[in-house]
Amino acid sequence: MLEIKNLHASINGKEILKGINLTVKPGEIHAIMGPNGSGKSTLSSVLTGNPAFQVTEGEVHFYGKNLLELSPEDRSREGVFLSFQYPVEIPGVSMVNFMRTAVNEHRKYKGLDPMSASDFLKLMREKKDLVELDNKLANRSVNEGFSGGEKKRNEIFQMAMLEPRLSILDETDSGLDIDALRIVANGVNKLKSKDNASIVITHYQRLLDYIVPDFVHVLYKGRIVKSAGKELALELEEKGYDWIKKELGE
Amino acid sequence: MEENIVDKVTQGEYKYGFVTDIETEIIPKGLNEDIIRIISKKKEEPDWLLDLRLKAYRHWCTLKMPHWAHLNIPEIDYQNIYYFAAPKSNPAPKDLSEVDPELIKTFNKLGIPLEEQKQLSGMAVDAVMDSISVKTTYKENLAELGIIFCSFSEAVRDYPDLVRQYFGSVVPYTDNFFAALNSAVFSDGSFIYIPKGVRCPMELSTYFRINAAQTGQFERTLIIADDDSYVSYLEGCTAPMRDENQLHAAIVELVVHDRAEIKYSTVQNWYPGDKQGKGGIYNFVTKRALCKGDDSKISWTQVETGSAITWKYPSCILMGNNSVGEFYSVAVTNNYQQADTGTKMIHIGKNTKSHVVSKGISAGHSQNSYRGLVKISQKADGARNFSQCDSLLLGDKCGAHTFPYMDIHNDTAIVEHEATTSKINEDQIFYCNQRGISNEDAVGLIVNGYAKEVINKLPMEFAVEAQKLLSISLENSVG
Repeated sequence: MLEIKNLHASINGKEILKGINLTVKPGEIHAIMGPNGSGKSTLSSVLTGNPAFQVTEGEVHFYGKNLLELSPEDRSREGVFLSFQYPVEIPGVSMVNFMRTAVNEHRKYKGLDPMSASDFLKLMREKKDLVELDNKLANRSVNEGFSGGEKKRNEIFQMAMLEPRLSILDETDSGLDIDALRIVANGVNKLKSKDNASIVITHYQRLLDYIVPDFVHVLYKGRIVKSAGKELALELEEKGYDWIKKELGE
Repeated sequence: MEENIVDKVTQGEYKYGFVTDIETEIIPKGLNEDIIRIISKKKEEPDWLLDLRLKAYRHWCTLKMPHWAHLNIPEIDYQNIYYFAAPKSNPAPKDLSEVDPELIKTFNKLGIPLEEQKQLSGMAVDAVMDSISVKTTYKENLAELGIIFCSFSEAVRDYPDLVRQYFGSVVPYTDNFFAALNSAVFSDGSFIYIPKGVRCPMELSTYFRINAAQTGQFERTLIIADDDSYVSYLEGCTAPMRDENQLHAAIVELVVHDRAEIKYSTVQNWYPGDKQGKGGIYNFVTKRALCKGDDSKISWTQVETGSAITWKYPSCILMGNNSVGEFYSVAVTNNYQQADTGTKMIHIGKNTKSHVVSKGISAGHSQNSYRGLVKISQKADGARNFSQCDSLLLGDKCGAHTFPYMDIHNDTAIVEHEATTSKINEDQIFYCNQRGISNEDAVGLIVNGYAKEVINKLPMEFAVEAQKLLSISLENSVG
């Protein structure tokens, strides 16, 4: 579904990604690990079209479409979802209003009529149970006054609402206590199917105990320097990133 | 990245810019005593009113245009304006069949059907085009409750004592330059009287439409709420798109007696000019409410998206003990629009309270100022005020300014002022984008969220309109 070829990207003229190659197929979970500043979050920003980053070289295809030519909103409507590392607060905009706008934009893109208010509220109730979110959520402003854990659960809730084909979870485990981590991971696992895929970006192995990856890639200095199965995550946990650096002869 | 997103500034389409092709009766251009006499004669006014107009005119001749506001106001040639323009048709239609079909069509197009059965239930409308009132709906139903809702001209004719008692009692012609001008040349507007103990069962509203070219609109609204009564009143305004600037200088006077309440809502959408700042309405309005009785209450809510220049400070004189004044405002400026708006809360009675919430939104090259006065007089024991002024900026070529004035003569007063300035954050827009929401819809969502506290004060149907208006006014302001 996703094919990244020789992707280079920079911010303010500084090159962060220096030739990423990655192929993701439906049903797969890919973990991307790596030390701070290796370009993990940049990769998620570039895939979703954050205008702060410039792609300088390379190609990204998503189900045959040139992803880099699509606007950020069209990438979302095509089914690319990002669970933000730092979800943004939007004061005064209720979750119900925000999600309804989003869901209906996705439907419009697919040529479907907007959802009725009652159907929508039913869907919202159903999906919020998945991540054990509060009933009052609907009337609260987007992420405003949410705790760190609530914000992350809210991201997975939105993912459940939009049913993406590709989900990118950017450091979804950061700032979560063990209970919240379990809830978030459960949510992600329940949403997994043979038709969708996930890219899980994380610093620690901890999350991968709950969300078990098919592949683990190590990103270092803007390149994927090592790829293997899930055992690589354990090895990294044990030996630390210095081990990779040594292997690379640094 | 900020440049990338916020740079392209253009104007969304102004939907109400059409001109109605109708025969219009116009008196000669210019302003002098003869013109005033012609206007008064056309309206078959009593002598006292003509005398008052002439006094106001003579006083106006001694005044100079005020320039203290944070506005760049081009020279206005007062001799190059038509002071009276009226659609030429039956001047006093008894029912809708006597109203010119072109006028009915115009108001239909504006979303204000004059056929009662087509209107939103629970709303009566006075439709004003240029200098005269075209039609007032539901008059008879309201009359059964003793409520008077009619055009100002009819009020002068049919209820001269009431008009004479209250006219100019809140805004005298000596108040300011534009008040003097209006008092001299005012043409029509709405008059409302709610008798003692009556709760008006429907929203009363006036829709103001400027149609004729090179004319000014100078309307007057006078609302009196007698003891223990309540009324909610709405006002809407639009004008055709023209290259020239047109003048609108209105006076609104509200009088609230013991335990009575008036809720006054405005959605102002006069033509704002094009994206280069050409054309548009100059809106110089004096609005003031007198909380005369004890425990009386006035609430101003305004959503201002139109006009090239807005100069407007709906105020409350809190004379009665325990009286309450509220002011909720959203003012949007885009392109080259300028707004200097706010309120005055004058606390005179004991335990009077006032609450001010002002939300300014600036985009393009516009300038948006809040100017507010809180005055606590010596006798106003226990007076309380809370003011909150927020400014939201879209882009980096616009300006937001806050000018709060406090004049406090009583030690027991508690006066609070809070102000914030923020920019629409690129992260917020990207977050919306990532959920499938376009830039334009994202700005609409964020701006409406920001203005929600004020929009929620509007009556339901108006709130929906206002939300759409906010989004349209800022269309393309974030590219």
